[in-house]
Amino acid sequence: MDFILYKLILVGVVFGVTLFVAAYSTYAERKVAAFLQDRIGPDRAGPFGILQPLADGLKFIYKEEIIPVVSNRFLFVLGPCIAMMTAMMAGVLIPWGNTLIYGDNVYSLQIADLNVGILYVFGVVSIGVYGIMIGGWASNNKFSLLGAIRASAQMISYEIAMGLSIIALVLVTGTLSLGEISAQQAGGVGGEWHFWNVVYQPLGFLIFIICAFAECNRTPFDLPECETELIGGYHTEYSSMKLGFYLFAEYINMFVSSAVISTLYFGGYNFPFMNDLGLDHNTISIIGTLVLITKVCFFIFFFMWIRWTIPRFRYDQLMNLGWKVLIPLSIFNIFVTGLVMLLKHGNFHW
Amino acid sequence: MLNVFYFLSFLAVLSAIMVVVSKSPVHSVLYLIITFFTIAGHYVLLNAEFLFIVHIIVYAGAIMVLFLYVIMMLNLNTETEAHKSTMLKFAATICAGLLLVVLVGSLKGTEALPVNAVADEDLGSVQRLGKVMFDKFLLPFEISSVLLLAAMVGAVMLGKSEKANDIL
Repeated sequence: MDFILYKLILVGVVFGVTLFVAAYSTYAERKVAAFLQDRIGPDRAGPFGILQPLADGLKFIYKEEIIPVVSNRFLFVLGPCIAMMTAMMAGVLIPWGNTLIYGDNVYSLQIADLNVGILYVFGVVSIGVYGIMIGGWASNNKFSLLGAIRASAQMISYEIAMGLSIIALVLVTGTLSLGEISAQQAGGVGGEWHFWNVVYQPLGFLIFIICAFAECNRTPFDLPECETELIGGYHTEYSSMKLGFYLFAEYINMFVSSAVISTLYFGGYNFPFMNDLGLDHNTISIIGTLVLITKVCFFIFFFMWIRWTIPRFRYDQLMNLGWKVLIPLSIFNIFVTGLVMLLKHGNFHW
Repeated sequence: MLNVFYFLSFLAVLSAIMVVVSKSPVHSVLYLIITFFTIAGHYVLLNAEFLFIVHIIVYAGAIMVLFLYVIMMLNLNTETEAHKSTMLKFAATICAGLLLVVLVGSLKGTEALPVNAVADEDLGSVQRLGKVMFDKFLLPFEISSVLLLAAMVGAVMLGKSEKANDIL
């Protein structure tokens, strides 16, 4: 009973934090855009405009809801629901911090540590495209359909390179569980000392983050909703909160993929000198969680930074990059990593 | 556990029937996706986590997305669906029925298997599967990978346009 209660609280907290961060990402996006374009950005709702996400949410709810008569009503509503649900699902596996010890009980800050960890994240990513495809098709609009078709082709193409870059990482870590991968990167000068995985897998990290951009449909890969060609892409026909869900799902995806990148390549909740501060276990864990959130915020900023710096690809450039550059590079990465692991472990014989 | 099994089986059979019955091809594909998810659920009940997640990634995540992609691309719907002759429908029904008889016949002998065959919780883990696959079944594994490679090269050859052939 105690166990279930603690897991429920953890799920609630992760759910709340995800929604909170995603809501404030919309505010951060405008502020970053304003900063990069030498403007002020939203500053009317509350001091510095910090109530802007609330105002946006209210506006979305009060807008008139229009469902096209010719569309398939059930699938039209199902689309944004699936987009939102799959965006939230991957947060379950991310280790948000080390263990907390209270009395005799040890509480892990990870909701579930499956032994197929990374593959689960990968599975969630691969079913995430259904939200866009179903919504785009059910709208019964040519622009929506084109957006949906682009989204599915893009996601399938970049999933392959993403999976291959993960294989190289798994060769290094020797485990699929995200909890263990985090724990392996624990740092401290005095005792055990391990580098973050990005040191061993620089190329893998580069491929992974490019694919993460493509899977989140962020610029320079936002062709599914390319407004200069497709009006609004897959969400052209959507209005009110259903449009809000689609836009919100993108920010949740960004948050979750930032967390996955931090966990896989940037040490997760670990930070340098963590064992040399002389603090007790629980304090270190709480600082670690804050450090993870900081890393995630940095990567969210990085997503926005790229968005307001680089123009959108053309569709053939996108496909060429995916199939002719990233996939051969990631296969090369697997080959080199495998060779190094073989030589390092010293059981190399003809 | 048994209740979950019955629930999943019920869903699987129901959505499989809906795949055949529904008029619109897009609906058929969506029901097929539900069927794949329920089958993946059965793998979890059998402690085969790896098989579960690979099933979702490969079938629900990749193959069905391509199915949906092609159907949307061709814009198939109820009006444009080709209607086959009655003769052909009869032939298809009889063939499928015969296949069902063969499948039921092959499964008839499995009743003797012990019920607690999956008592070992670690049975479907990645470590165990990897050891069996790269040790005991290395040759079949490699042969099937070569088969897949050959199929892929063949698909690329077939997919190439005539124009590209002229240049080469």
